[in-house]
Formats: sequence, C-alpha cells, structure tokens
Amino acid sequence: MSALSVKNVNKRFGGLKALDNVNLEIDGGTVHAIIGPNGAGKSTLLNCFIGRLEPDTGSVTFNGQSLLGMAPHEINQVGVSRVFQTPEIFGDLSLIDNVMIPSFARRDGAFKINAWAPIRRNGPMAEKAMSMLEDVGLEAKADETAGHLSRGDKRRLELAMCLVQDPKLLLLDEPTAGMARADTNNTIDLMKTIAQRGVTMVVIEHDMHVVFSLAEKISVLAQGTVIAEDTPANIKGNPKVQEAYLGGAHL
Amino acid sequence: MFANTISKKDLALLVVFTAAVLAGPIILKPIGAGYPDLLQKFAIYGIFALGFNILFGLTGYLSFGHAAFLGVGSYTAVWTFKLLSMNPIPAIILATIAGGLFSALIGFISLRRSGIYFSILTLAFAQMSYNLAYSVLTPITNGETGLQLTQSDPRALDVAFGRDYGAVLPVSDLFGMEMQGYPGFYFCAVMLIICFFISMRIYRSPFGMMLRAVKSNQNRLNFTGVHTRPYALTAFIISGMYAGLAGGLLAVTDPLAGAERMQWTASGEVVLMTILGGAGTLLGPVIGAGAIKYFENIFSAFNDGILMKIFSFLPEVLQHLAVSVSSLFVGEGWHLTLGALFMIIVIFLPGGLMEGVTRLSNLFRRQPPDDRAGGTPHPAPAE
Repeated sequence: MSALSVKNVNKRFGGLKALDNVNLEIDGGTVHAIIGPNGAGKSTLLNCFIGRLEPDTGSVTFNGQSLLGMAPHEINQVGVSRVFQTPEIFGDLSLIDNVMIPSFARRDGAFKINAWAPIRRNGPMAEKAMSMLEDVGLEAKADETAGHLSRGDKRRLELAMCLVQDPKLLLLDEPTAGMARADTNNTIDLMKTIAQRGVTMVVIEHDMHVVFSLAEKISVLAQGTVIAEDTPANIKGNPKVQEAYLGGAHL
Repeated sequence: MFANTISKKDLALLVVFTAAVLAGPIILKPIGAGYPDLLQKFAIYGIFALGFNILFGLTGYLSFGHAAFLGVGSYTAVWTFKLLSMNPIPAIILATIAGGLFSALIGFISLRRSGIYFSILTLAFAQMSYNLAYSVLTPITNGETGLQLTQSDPRALDVAFGRDYGAVLPVSDLFGMEMQGYPGFYFCAVMLIICFFISMRIYRSPFGMMLRAVKSNQNRLNFTGVHTRPYALTAFIISGMYAGLAGGLLAVTDPLAGAERMQWTASGEVVLMTILGGAGTLLGPVIGAGAIKYFENIFSAFNDGILMKIFSFLPEVLQHLAVSVSSLFVGEGWHLTLGALFMIIVIFLPGGLMEGVTRLSNLFRRQPPDDRAGGTPHPAPAE
C-alpha cells in the first residue's frame, strides 16, 4: 500500500518549469531514494510535501489525507518530519534542548501553555532526548550550544530532532552531505535501524554509496520529470539515467 | 509544593532577590536612593521591564509600543479609584486585565509580521493610542490635564462599606494603610517579588523553552509541529499584563494618569532598561530599570549651582568652562549621560550589566590557577 502518493504535480517559478507532471507512489515502510542532477527539482518536490511550497496543480496525499493547504506545523503533527539540506536547528540553544523541543511538540501538540511546571532535567523527556543524542553519537556534547557544531554534527543533531518525534514519514534532504566518511557510515547504519522500525523514508542524496546501501527503490528526476523508477540494480544499468547524469552538468 | 519543583539554585536566587528588595531602603541608602518615592519607581519599572523581557528577551520580538499598555493600566486604575474604591487591589487587578486585553488586540494584529515590521506596527499602535488619549478619548482620559480624582467621585464600593473620605482628596489605601511613602513602596515591592517569581517559572518551563525556540529559529519550530504565532501572542499578552500592572501601580502611588505615559519615549525607555540590564536574563531587566531610574534621578537633579561647587577647585575661567560643558549632561540634558552610558554598555558588554556580573564572578571563581582547558579567554575589562 502506498503511504505517500504524488499525482500530476506541477510547479512553475516564472518561466521555469520546476516540476513537470511528477507522479510518485511511495510504499509504507520502505526507503525510497530520489536522485538526479542539480536543479532537477528534488528539493522543490520535498518542499511541496511539507507545506513550504504549494504545487500549482496536482495532489499530494499521505495515508489517504491530502497534505495540500495544510500549514507546516499541521503536516508535522500528522507524522511527517524533515531533515533540511542546510541544517535547520536552534543555534542558540543546547543540544539537549534542541532535541527536547520536538519531543514536547509531539507530546503537547501545536500549542499548549505549559508555563508553570519547570522542565525536569532528569525526567523521562530528558532521558528520551539523551538516548536520541546517543543514537547519533552526540551525547558527549549534550550541553554545548548547537550553533557551534560542525556541519556534519548539525546534520546528525537535526536527524535526532526528527527521530525523537517517532515520525511515520521521514524526509531526508542530503542527510550525509558534509560528513566525514566514518560519520556517513554511522548515519547509514542508523537509517537502516530506523527503516527496520517501519518508518517510511524518502531520501534525496548525491552520494551513490548511501543511495545504494539504503534504498529499496529509486526515482530519477531530471528537469522536473521522473525519467525512471526502479530497483537500485536496474537503475544502475538504465541508459536514460546514465545519459541524464553523464550528459548533465553533474560530472 | 515548591520543594520538589523548584531547583535549589532558583530557590536561593528567589530568597536573595526577596531579601534584597525588602531591604532596599537600607541597601540603597549609601548611594542616596533610599527614599520611598524613588524606590517605588525602581519596583514599578522593574515589573514593567520584567514583563517586557518575557517578550523581547525570550521570543526576540522587539516591541516599541509597550508604554501604551502602561498607560492603559494607569487610566484603568484611576477609573477604578473613581468608580469603585480607593483600595489598590481592585485597581491593580483591573489594570492588569485591561493591559492584557489591550495587548491581545494589538499583539494579534502586529504579530502577523516579524522583525522591523513588527516593531513599526507596535510603535504605530502606541502613538495612535497616545494621540487618541489627547483627542477623541478626552472624555475618558481628560486629555492634557490628565485623569484625576475629585471629591465628587462615586466610589461605589467605598460608599457601600461606609467609607467616607470627607472633604479632602483621598489617597489610595489598603484597609487604612495609605499607599504613600514606605507602605506604598512595600506594596510595589511585594508585587515585584510575585512578578519575579512568575517570570522565573516561565523561564524554566517548557513554554519558556518554546519561546526561546521562537527567537532562535522560527522556521524549524514550524516544521517541528509547533504553531509559533500563538506562542508569541501569549508572550505578548503576558508582557502586556505586566505593563498594565506597572501602570496600575504608578496610579496607586500617585493617583493621576496622563497621556505622556504612553508616548514612544516611554516605550523606548523600557527597551533601554532591558538591554542595559541584559535581555533574556532573569535579573537583568530589574537591574536595568533600577539603574536608569537612579541615573535619571541623580543627574536630572544637578544644576549649575551644584556644578559650580563641584568645580570650585579650578581657576575661574576653567571653572566656567567645565560647568558649561558638564551642564549639557545633567539636569534637562541627563539623557545625554544616559545615551553615553548605554553606548558604553552595548559596546563593551553586549549582554548588558548581567554579562558584567557573570564575567566578574567567573574571574573570581578562577582564582586558583588551575585553568580548565578550552576555557574562553577573558577580554580585558573596559575602564
């Protein structure tokens, strides 16, 4: 059964056709990679899933519910979390607070005045946040200010912020860019364990090592259209894909 | 009830704060600020700045219109005196509510924008209120004269309880205790301590954490499933209620309300207080408010006669020169001193006076030379 269903989505920026009749069916509990040369419309497509952009035409439904017209916080509350291409974190706050905030958002909903009882620094919420930081290997830096982290660490922090929410659908926009090789491999392992929990994942990635070690299915996007969709093994041998990459500006 | 929910450190801070406020008349005597009229101002503007800091310090939304809520609080309190009772308690309750309602309206509209546009919207609303108070709202505000008590005020509750003030203009009194002088100060001081405690709770709560997240990255917070606008609006309303309470207390200690209380300079003053003391810190705004009111009082009291005495050790020509230069900075011109002070603080201590306190305490804590690795080097303190 497909969890995320994208039908005939079009998006135009002035004269540029960023998304040209995109159709995608992403099965529940699978890891689906979207690859393609720079400027193919991958991030634009993700933006249409989370309410950052509204497609001109077409539909995006998640578990039968239309995501179009919903505010970003409403989309998150139905279980969709995203890691951004440029890490979006709370730079002035400590790592542990960065992870506790999404956790509170999941527990208390979009708005709740919870202004009297202090945050318990050794309570269950803090413990949960700490175990998420352990999962991404940042527990030693829990009390540091997030803005001072390296780019790779910011990404892992952002991943922890998404995971603490127990998302049903996790959107990852280049989750390993800017990471050292060892960290990339750790992140792949982490994503594999998340996938085993049954979380549906959509991954945009340029690093083919990451794509082929994670994805069960790959869609190739070029100039706003899906030119191929298949298993990793078949995508490797697809002449259209090779042309899009070799003929494009990517190499 | 509090023992298991308040940390030891916070409890200590609260106890020290309470003791310091209550002992204010003794502590501040050596610097010439130990008299009730000035102490009342410290406490009242401390409340105003504490509330402003919940909005500005936590969410980062810079309002330039908070004096409007102060003014609304004052008018409400004076009207409560006129219509209901000279007892300060109904007056400050209604002033707080009025501040909250008015800020809900202005906040609801202004928070559709952020950054500089938000600041300009709040400024525009406050100036509008100020001008309305002078013009069409004269029946309520009594225009330029200001709203005052009269002998013929109905004071329904006082009459019902058989209190008759006779042929003199009454002053506000709490069950017979007149809210002037030290009793007036202690009434404001208790309010300040309660407000400080509430603001401490907010700071340590999940709600306070969300407000900090609004300041840090509103985008991320939205994509984290949080509706940011009601959070910002709630902070705005809370700070409006603090301002309303402060305005009410101004009327309690001096039952008169004028529109100049709503002018933009008054809104700017609370911004200065908060930044001077340290935006986003618990104690900073109270210290900033105290510092500004103190300097206003000291420097505006200087006149040429006093300056002549100070510089009397100089030869006559130099004496006149020194007096004419320094007189620019005192009396009416005390704002120049304030401006210079503000610049020095912002340049050398961007975190306000509280940053200075933190740096000093770090300096003392590091007395034994076992410097921790990776510690930040301390810049040489400015003179």
